[in-house]
Amino acid sequence: MGWLATWYHRWASPPWFYQMSGRWTRGLMGLALPLLCVGTLWGLAFAPADYQQGNSFRIIYIHVPAAMVAQSGYILMASAGLVGLVWRLKVADVVLRNCAPIGAAMTFLALATGSIWGKPTWGAWWVWDARITSMLVLLMLYLGVMGLGSAFRNEQAAGRASAILALVGVVNIPIIKYSVEWWYSLHQPATFRLTEKPAMPVEMWAPLLVMVLGFYAFFGAVLLARSRVDLLDRERRSRWVRSLVAEHAI
Amino acid sequence: MHPLRRQRLLLVVAGLVAAAVAVALALVALNENINLFYSPVQVAAGEAPAGRPFRVGGMVVENSVARSGDTLDVRFAVTDYEATVAVRYQGILPDLFREGQGVVATGQLSPEGEFVATEVLAKHDEKYMPPEVTAALEQSGAYQRANSQ
Repeated sequence: MGWLATWYHRWASPPWFYQMSGRWTRGLMGLALPLLCVGTLWGLAFAPADYQQGNSFRIIYIHVPAAMVAQSGYILMASAGLVGLVWRLKVADVVLRNCAPIGAAMTFLALATGSIWGKPTWGAWWVWDARITSMLVLLMLYLGVMGLGSAFRNEQAAGRASAILALVGVVNIPIIKYSVEWWYSLHQPATFRLTEKPAMPVEMWAPLLVMVLGFYAFFGAVLLARSRVDLLDRERRSRWVRSLVAEHAI
Repeated sequence: MHPLRRQRLLLVVAGLVAAAVAVALALVALNENINLFYSPVQVAAGEAPAGRPFRVGGMVVENSVARSGDTLDVRFAVTDYEATVAVRYQGILPDLFREGQGVVATGQLSPEGEFVATEVLAKHDEKYMPPEVTAALEQSGAYQRANSQ
């Protein structure tokens, strides 16, 4: 556990976060771009079509990664909220604040692609099904965190209020996950489970895996890049930012 | 851990547990209303509301689809392998509508016990397969078994 504590203390320090997040942003972006390009091409052009849905099934290569990142992003945001509330870390506050717009974009992407997919397969753009409605609640939660974060003049009060909202909203995550099992819904159950073989042949899930990894890397890169700039702005009066600015001023 | 932080952590965890319990209670209370559709068994048992629209969902019975020659009228039966509901619909069915596949129909029960649908949605499962695999499975006879689960 020692290394975890060291790691945690290092990343909690704003100058360290600023330094390392720069490197990590470049690394993750360098990973995300090839993965997304390869995954998109592979999924849209080379993966086989589905025996029933034909080519419209290919939207899965955007829909599933977006929905996964939307939910994981929320868990990350809520964890940052917990750390921010208990340990009062500035970095946690900044991560929470910058996670919300990316998560909202991902949730919107999942809902929009789902809607486009639903029309040719189910026959409807929108159905008030448990899965779809709980995803809409997720979008509202993200928008709520964004709104609450900018409703306060005091940064600390804003951070605390959004952390509480983010934490309470975490209850929605298991609801999204199990909505297709607890209730009768139009949305089909998960194709991928940790304990079973996927209900899909390898030539279909391999590009999906590439896309999922690409989406996660992209999410990480954008989150770090945003947080980095935000942290610099918040810490503008601190000594390390001043010396950083002095170093780069010519 | 610092006592103040421990106290804050406990407070946050307690709040989270309280929120989870509240939401769980609400969901249990709403349980029936969150279901998108009624199953044919529930319809047969009279659990579905009479005199107002609701949805029924299940599998389209094989060889039950009868189309009229000159109109968009179509009749089929929906089953959950325990009970069956006869459905009448006028309109264009979704592309994925097939015998042996899942559907969710919105409509009302007629006095004769027939379900008059105003909308039919296709429900597909979580299994995806390339067409060549299906063809190979069909040849070996495994597809029928896989599909009739």
